[in-house]
Amino acid sequence: MLNKDEEHSALETALGWYEQGLNVAIATVISTWGSSPRPTGSQLVVNEERQFEGSVSGGCVETAVIEEAMDVMDTGLPRLLSYGVSNEQAWEVGLACGGQIEVYVEPLWDEKSAPEQS
Amino acid sequence: MGRKIGPRAVVKASTLKTLIQAKEQGQAIVLATSLENHSQLVFFPEAAETDGPLGVAVRDGFRTDRSRVVEFEGKRHFIQVINQPLKLLVVGAVHIAQTLIPMAQSCGYAVTLIDPRKAFASNDRFPGVAVRNEWPDKALAALGLNSRTAMVTLTHDPKLDEPALIKALDSDVFYIGALGSRRTHHGRCERLSEAGVSEEKLERIHAPIGLDIGATSPAEIAVSIMGEITSALRKRVNR
Repeated sequence: MLNKDEEHSALETALGWYEQGLNVAIATVISTWGSSPRPTGSQLVVNEERQFEGSVSGGCVETAVIEEAMDVMDTGLPRLLSYGVSNEQAWEVGLACGGQIEVYVEPLWDEKSAPEQS
Repeated sequence: MGRKIGPRAVVKASTLKTLIQAKEQGQAIVLATSLENHSQLVFFPEAAETDGPLGVAVRDGFRTDRSRVVEFEGKRHFIQVINQPLKLLVVGAVHIAQTLIPMAQSCGYAVTLIDPRKAFASNDRFPGVAVRNEWPDKALAALGLNSRTAMVTLTHDPKLDEPALIKALDSDVFYIGALGSRRTHHGRCERLSEAGVSEEKLERIHAPIGLDIGATSPAEIAVSIMGEITSALRKRVNR
């Protein structure tokens, strides 16, 4: 896995936001096919004010992932996203490089506020 | 057994704290996330004895240093490997070090600068950098050299560079670079050889240091060194 040390600083930012009382979601690239810009394990963290740090692509799908992350913070439920040229959203948000990625977006909660599993 | 951090649906602040703490302590860690019920388990290398396919996937993650999705019993799990942090040990508080250090920090390395000459390794010249005003061999022994460590010698002074090189060659650091011309390196190898360093070990030293990009200024040389360190790290990992 590449760039893992960069990811740590995004996680530290996420924890910092969390400790300030902000809602936070963490998006992680869990699989890639073809010429994807960021490797598996790359992370983007987002807070409820749409501030973000890190990346899951070369800037191609970050905007879409941030919107999904806002929903994930609202619902408290993790979500699995996939982007690529074969995706129907390709014209709108896609990877110009022709790669495909799967991104797992999860909310950050403390033990007390975590919702019961559905 | 892996330490179970949370039975519920989402990443916990406590899990995140565990990950960040592991990084600070220089410890490798695997986070296994079920993509079906979203439960998460944290594993440390010494405690990765879990049975079954999850245990196999976790041990495989530690061994290969690769994060990936694994599927068993019809369910997908993301195995995320968070390795020990990268370290760069710079011997010689010289001009090149002033640009190399911030560059390496941007690339994710924890940097320590070693130079017994206090006038060189001053706080004014290297603000905020971890400095050890010790003889390099002594400092290196204290800092710990492992397969996530790179070391460069930049002093041009055999009595500082060479003890450091001997120490590094006795370890499994992934990169050793020594500043100096081909001729300087030839003389260095002769001395190291007399000191009992084998031919095979001497081959591990990157010298003249850095990629051949025609670098001349200290900053350009720093770029060529950082490029060579990156190549040593990534080409090894990805081979």
